[in-house]
Order: sequence, then structure tokens, then C-alpha cells
Amino acid sequence: MNLKKDPLNLIITGVGGQGNVLASQIVATAGIKAGLYVTVGETYGASQRGGPVMSHVRFSQKAQPSPLIPEGQADVVVGLEPAEALRVIADFGNPSTRVIVNPRPVYPIWVLSGQAKYPPVEEIVETLAGLVEKVDVVQASENQAGMGANMILLGALAGSGIVPVSAEYFEEAIREIVPPVDLASNLEAFNKGKRAF
Amino acid sequence: MPTVDLNQPGKTLLMMGNEAIARGAVEAGVDFAAAYPGTPSSEILEALARVADKLGFYVEWSTNEMVALQAATAAAFSGLRSLVAMKQNGVNVCSDFLMGVNLTGINGALVFMACDDPSGISSNNEEDSRNYARFADLPLLEPATFQEAKEMTRWAFEVSEKLKLPCMLRSVTRLSHSRGNVTLGEITREQRSARFEGTFVSGAFVPAQHALLHAKLEQARELFENSEFNFYEGPEQAKFVIVTSGSGLVYSREAVSGLGLQEEVGILKLGTTWPLPEKFIIDHLRNAAEVLVIEEVDPFLEQNIKVLLAEEVKNLGPIVVHGAKSGHCPAFGEINQEKVTRALATLNGREYKTRDEDYAQRAKQALFAVPPRMPTFCSGCPHRAAMWAIKAALKLDGRNGFVTGDIGCYALGAGPAGYWQIKTLHCMGGGIGLANGFGNLGQFGFDQPVIAVCGDSTFFHAAIPALINARFNNSSLLMAVLDNGGTAMTGFQPHPGSGFDARGRTAPVILIENLCEAIGVPVLVRDPFEVEQSIEDVYDMLQEDGAKVIVFRRRCFRIEAKENLQQKYVVDQAKCIGDDCGCARFCSRVFNCPGIIWDQEAKKAVIDENVCTGCGVCASLCPQGAIVAQGVKS
Repeated sequence: MNLKKDPLNLIITGVGGQGNVLASQIVATAGIKAGLYVTVGETYGASQRGGPVMSHVRFSQKAQPSPLIPEGQADVVVGLEPAEALRVIADFGNPSTRVIVNPRPVYPIWVLSGQAKYPPVEEIVETLAGLVEKVDVVQASENQAGMGANMILLGALAGSGIVPVSAEYFEEAIREIVPPVDLASNLEAFNKGKRAF
Repeated sequence: MPTVDLNQPGKTLLMMGNEAIARGAVEAGVDFAAAYPGTPSSEILEALARVADKLGFYVEWSTNEMVALQAATAAAFSGLRSLVAMKQNGVNVCSDFLMGVNLTGINGALVFMACDDPSGISSNNEEDSRNYARFADLPLLEPATFQEAKEMTRWAFEVSEKLKLPCMLRSVTRLSHSRGNVTLGEITREQRSARFEGTFVSGAFVPAQHALLHAKLEQARELFENSEFNFYEGPEQAKFVIVTSGSGLVYSREAVSGLGLQEEVGILKLGTTWPLPEKFIIDHLRNAAEVLVIEEVDPFLEQNIKVLLAEEVKNLGPIVVHGAKSGHCPAFGEINQEKVTRALATLNGREYKTRDEDYAQRAKQALFAVPPRMPTFCSGCPHRAAMWAIKAALKLDGRNGFVTGDIGCYALGAGPAGYWQIKTLHCMGGGIGLANGFGNLGQFGFDQPVIAVCGDSTFFHAAIPALINARFNNSSLLMAVLDNGGTAMTGFQPHPGSGFDARGRTAPVILIENLCEAIGVPVLVRDPFEVEQSIEDVYDMLQEDGAKVIVFRRRCFRIEAKENLQQKYVVDQAKCIGDDCGCARFCSRVFNCPGIIWDQEAKKAVIDENVCTGCGVCASLCPQGAIVAQGVKS
């Protein structure tokens, strides 16, 4: 396996509670199984839920990468939430960045309280498309509780082949990391995402 | 999640820095570990607690960092290998004891793990704990990678044992909370028995003890001169050398290669930063004309190296040192690859651009459309209701009362989540301490009521002496203990009121109200979801002189939802009359729970199934009674 760029930079972004950290842990474990150096840097604010969460996952064949991706250096962005995907592209995007995004908004409290506006999702996707190489919209929050969106997008990432780590390593990592009671539903969600691609 | 007891030497795993530290302790055969939770340090003891019974060592969550250090020290006095872990603020808490145990020394091993939080990502301040090592004359190690976090922790036990001194390790958020490759080593376990012998009395001939401490530090320096954790990489006779420690190593490496300066710039990486391995540094700076010091937060290395270079000026000649003072490595906020690359580029006449300027401008412009996401209480959080009751009662009272804050999730009460009620915020226990003073300003015409909010874990950690003071000195204040059953902000670690300990064993429950009663202050326990009654209680208590306590007791919803099925709530679209109601969209705009959103087309409130946790507090607040339970959440 060869990285088209070293380090290869992935950002998984969303809102606290969407399973961002778990997703980054799985993709990174899969990378280590593929024999790579992988570093995951998490950035989250002071709140357990509701704040923006961003995981920087960096893959290298040469050395342990530093934990934060520099400005404009994201190769692929997985957005569990559309506005967060755009927030990340503003700082880390470049014309050859790929984006995989779940179009389901989670409204910030300032939007709920009327102090800020949330743009229409189509507008967000359009803006993204104008800034990056390709945007893939993957419906990942169809079921009512919104569970499994992280796994569906992870499946889509594995299916896209942008990160050169085989889906088998992803599945192995899921089996190791996800608690047994949630394993079947998570694998199902992962495969659903993989097929969507 | 990788368990830190996996006995497969040579296997490479993805590990969080804190797990690597825990693994290092396990490989070293740790006997005793104590900590108080605090970001970014909590996962060290959590990881150890998961394997403690299996491997046969002792762990505890202590009530605060001072007690944790003292407990771990007792184990070390008795010849065991012990570890204590805490965040930067915890080092302040236990510093008084630290400044005595350095003088007495120890018997076994004591590894003192300090995790700093540059930029205050999960803290109310930023500080550099390395200063404590110099302040207390203790040996200091700074891991640079995940692998080193493990190896250095393991080695720190040996250093401590050899010198009979606590050995300090300093990590930062980007190491403790990041994940990366760690190759496992062997787990050693020795059957050690504990026995106390000797005398450890600080203050017995202080100058002699202090002199002995300095001698031990010289021994540490000799040990450090040959440490594998100090190394140089780059061209042999580099004129320009980056001197760095900790997180600075990976940033520096990427900056050098990113600018293509591998043939010109060397990196002198120091893993042992107090006392400095002076000979090693001098040897590697012999050909240098310029040095750039890269480190996180204070110019600790920079200043110590400047002193060393001044002392050696006859041998080395003048060397220009760049760093915090020259403005190249800021002495505040996190550093990262970009900051280091920019500094290196400026000093070497290179250009550094992250992306095309037109593109960057276009991308940044997109940000205007993205609404800010302020941190808020989770949907279902009992603090939202408690802060609402406090706000309503203070308004009813009408004397311009205010809230002094403390450390925990409820600190968000200083912002929109808690209706901007909290007006002061400093350290654990700071709120009730300040309230003590405000409550005794009456003779100066002060007539504003003061409410100190404080979490349950914080109550046990740091609030009790201040509450006793309030009773002793008859200060007028209301203390509101927001008791959600655990240390929620750091991941729900247990405390003396939780009923279980670090290993999940049943523990006696110490009731906050019993302690208050013993102190002799009036105390009331209230479920904050009884909102109207809560408002009345707070109002009534504000009318009384002296110190009073209200305990708002309701378990954190994140734990409650895991253990019990939750009700599903919906907005009855026939009952919600939207903006005709006159409630100003109370549920979404005013009470501001993120679980309730506004349906733009129907112009009515609607529950967001993805966010709502089914706590139901909004149902009791909606003036139309439009929010109703409808079965059980799936």
C-alpha cells in the first residue's frame, strides 16, 4: 500500500455526542493494522455535548506525525454535521480536498435562541463544492435516534478508498473497539455506508 | 479500547498518551496509584483502575490532589513503587506538601505525573508545571512521543528509586489526549511488601536538608548526562540548532523537513529538562551560532539554557538564543507545526505559505455563513434547571444578587448555557471562598445577596473549609451544591458521595447534607426539576441571614440514560400555538435546551429526536402544556 501523500491528513468533524472520537479511534487502529504510523489529535471544547468536535487523523509510512494538521492541509474531511464540515474546510481545506458529509444539521443554541441563523443545507453543500475537489453527501441520520451516523460515514470512507486501508482492517478495528452489545448494529451501519459508495 | 495489561511484548497498538503513561507504570510494576480527575490527566488512573485487581496493585480516586500525593507518598515511604497523577491546577493544590517531601525524600519510588493544558482547552487557566520541578528541586522528565511517554514513565520509577526523591513527569494535552503508535514492552511484577522505617521530618535542620537535596539534584544531573531521552539529530556541524523538549520535537522535525532545511538545521532534543544535562548540551552546541528554543508555555528551557550559555561563554563564544523573548516561540497558548515552521522560516530567510492566498480568503469567507457553536449543557442536564431557578429567584429578590462560580460542568453558567448568571470563576472551592467575603461586607453598605454554586465533587475537594468559615464567621451566603452524583466533567469518576470507588466496588456514601448539618448550617435538598419549588426555596433562603445550603440533587443525565429507559417526549402540534402564545418561544429560545428546535414551516416548536434525552423538564415549563410524554425512547 502506498500513501499518495505523506502524511495523509484526515479530519473527522461533528458535534459532541455524535461519536466522533470513536470513529477516529477505529480508522486509526485500522491504519496501524495496515502497518502505518498514525497520530490522532482530538480537539473539543469544555462541554461534554453540543460543542464542535474535530479529530485530526494523520497517516505516515515514515514517522509518527504531529497531532495537529496545519492550515489548508486536509486531504479528506468526514463531516458528521454539515455546518461543522464547512467550518473545518474554511481552515483546513484546499482545492484537492475530498469531503464526505452527513446532511443532517444539529442546531447550535444560538440558532435555537434566534441570535444566529443556520444556512439551508443545500447552500452549505454548494459552498463546500465550490471549495474542494469533490463532495459526497451520505444520508447517515435517517433512523430516529440518529445513532450509527459515525459508522455509516466510516463505511463510506472505507468504501471511497481515499485512505488506502482495506475495509477488513476497519472491520477488525470495529470488532476490537466497539462494546459487544453494540457490535452488530455498528457493523451493519458500517456496511451500509460502504455500500453507499 | 486497548487494555494496558496486554502481555504481548513487541505488539504495536494505538494508544492515547495517558494510556501509554499507564502502560509504562504497569511495565515498571507500579504498586500504588492515586489521583484526582482533571483534564487532560484523568485517563491515567482510569486505565490503571481497569487492571488493578487483575495485576494486584492498589488504586484510588482521592478527594483531592493533596490527599492523592500524600497517600502515594506513604506508599513510597514504605518502600513501594507509587504514582500520583493530576492536571496542572492539581499541582498547585498539592504544592505545599511537595515543598516538604522534597526535603525528607522517600524510600521506594514516587512518580509525580503533571499534565498541563496549554491554551486552557479544558481549563480555566494555563500554566507550566515544569516551574515546580525547579522550585522544589526535583528531577523532571518530558516525554515527546507516545512511545516515550511509556518508556519515560517506566524509567521515572528507577530515577526516583535511585535518588530517593519524587521524580516529576510533565505531559501536555496534545500528548496526553492524542493517540499514536506504542510498541509494548514486558510487564514486570515484583512481590513487594510494605514496611515503614526511618524518619521523614521536614524542618529538622532545614539548611542541611536543603543542601542534601541539592546534592541529590547533582546526582540526577549525572544520570541525565547519559540518558537515551536526550539526543541530537541533523548535520554534524550545524550553525543553527533547535533546542526543544516535549511536544516540540515532532513539530520541529516537521518544520525542518517542510522547509527543506535538513542539511542546515539540527535538533537538540531534551527529555530530561531539570536539572539540565549541561555537558551534553554544551557538547552539541559547540558549533552553533544561533539557537531557537521550542517549548510549550513558559520559556523554561530558554531561560535555563541562556544561563548555561552565559556561564560557558568563554568556551562556546556568543550564541544568539531565539525563543519567547525574541517573539519566535510564544510564551502563551499551544504551539503547533505552523508556529514552529513560521519561526524557523523567518530566522532562515525562507518563505512559508500554507495555501494560496486567494483560496484562503475565499475559504475563510465561507465561515461567515456558519453559526457559532457555543458550548452548552447537554439536553437533560440538571444544571440547566438549577441555573434557571437561581436566575428566577435572584430576579424575584430584586437586590441585584449574583453568583460566584466554581470548577465543573456548571462553570458554563458563566455563558448563555446558564443564562450568564456566574460572575466569578477561579479555582476549585473559589466560589464559596469568595462568597464568604462578600457575605461579610454588610458594614460597608453591601446589600447584594450572593449565591456560591459548587459541584458535588468540588464540595468534597475544596469547599468544606470555606463553608466552615462561613458558619464560624457568620457570613451571609447561600451555597447551591449542584449534586449530579459524580465528577461529570472529567468522565464521571466516583467521589465520596457516589457509593462506589475507583475499582467499582461499593463504598460508603458520605452525604453532603449530613456534613452541612454537622457544621450547623441550614440545609435543604431539592430536585432541580421541581422548578417552581426550587425557585421558591432559593428565594426564601436568600431572605435569611447567615450561611445556608441548598443541595440540588439529580443524577447527570448521561449516566441516567445509560441505566434506565427514557421517556419519549413530543410537542403536541395541536396545543403549541407558536408565536401567538406570548411565551417568546420559551422552550427553545428562553430555556434554550438544544433538544427543542423550531419548525420553520409549521412555526411551532418540535422535539429533536437526535438530541433530546427525554428528561421531561420542559414539559413542566411549557405554558400551554404542549410538551407531552409519548411512550418510551427506543
